[in-house]
Amino acid sequence: MNTENLIHALVIDGSRPVVPIGRTLLRALGLAIILAELSFFIRQPRVDIVQAFSTTPFAFKLLLMLALTATSAVVLVDTARPISAPHRRWVLILAPLLLSGGVIVELITVPSQAWTAHLIGHNAAHCLMFIPLLSVAPLACLLLALRGGAPAHPMLAGAAAGLLAAAVGATIYALTCPDDSPLFIAAWYSVAIVIVTATSAFIGRRLLRW
Amino acid sequence: MTTADPPERERHWAELMDQSLDGNTEPYQRLLVLLTVAVRNAVRSRVRFAGLDAEDVVQEVLLALHLKRSTWMRGTPVGPWVAAIARNKIVDALRRRGRRTEVPIESVLETLGFEDVSGQEQAHDLERALAKLNPRQREVVRAVSLEGHTAQEAAARLQMSEGAVRVTLHRSLKVLAGHVQCGAG
Repeated sequence: MNTENLIHALVIDGSRPVVPIGRTLLRALGLAIILAELSFFIRQPRVDIVQAFSTTPFAFKLLLMLALTATSAVVLVDTARPISAPHRRWVLILAPLLLSGGVIVELITVPSQAWTAHLIGHNAAHCLMFIPLLSVAPLACLLLALRGGAPAHPMLAGAAAGLLAAAVGATIYALTCPDDSPLFIAAWYSVAIVIVTATSAFIGRRLLRW
Repeated sequence: MTTADPPERERHWAELMDQSLDGNTEPYQRLLVLLTVAVRNAVRSRVRFAGLDAEDVVQEVLLALHLKRSTWMRGTPVGPWVAAIARNKIVDALRRRGRRTEVPIESVLETLGFEDVSGQEQAHDLERALAKLNPRQREVVRAVSLEGHTAQEAAARLQMSEGAVRVTLHRSLKVLAGHVQCGAG
């Protein structure tokens, strides 16, 4: 086939407007959030959810999860392109920074005898199990959308997708979990999120090559 | 038609790209012809010594530019984006030949050249990859490439709806890109 023939075919295929990859990923994120919410059929939000919104630790926990979701979404969009664009990656430190602040406040305000209790909480095992489980459907959505991209570094793009999926999963999980202490979040949520991110990085390395 | 002045060329490419992403085929045709010339120059210097057919790689790059054009961001330069995609495909092609070669994007960008050669160059990988399509897909691809039909003409000839031709074509191009990538050299 000569190149002119190929161009002719490409032009015919190019007669429809193209959806930018950023928009495709945001749509996938929307779908991911809806899918993660379906899990409420299995695991309900905590019973005191309405009152919880007005308590500082719960509000802080939610703010933290939303910060992680937003910042990892920004980074994911950047990793989907063939030119590596590290200049916005710094936003990823916002959520850990926020969490560190929360931990410090917690350590100052809570007597040291209670630290261990706050750290271990009631639901550590649940947290480690449910956050990855709740991330599966969002991750599938995001990776599928990312296949349409051309990531400069497939492994990095996979990690970013994993982080965002975990953030969505963790946000939904946070609504069901009675443990609100920043100590608990630092100890358990972080482990669950790292597991999902690392797994997705390895999936991405294979799946996202183009 | 091509201009030797990079900023001028960049503006021209960006303008054509902008219009192409809205689904305008006339600017897209012009853009692809310009990019082919540029890519061919960048590819030739790199794959000749590896014993690869340069035009095969050029076609692979074109296919990737087409399928990945959603990753170009409006308002950003086209040249570096083209170079990044071309580099990925050149590295792929060399790797399939068992060569581990570092190809810096900058060097590809520098050689996105202006040497004007006709588009009559023959290549073979894609032709071979056609065998991986199902019969219907192959007919559609042949109709709009080798036989040069429009989607409408192809539809009439193959007794399909125009929409079905477009869907089949798009799917076929993805399959071709996948096979060209996976198929051992």
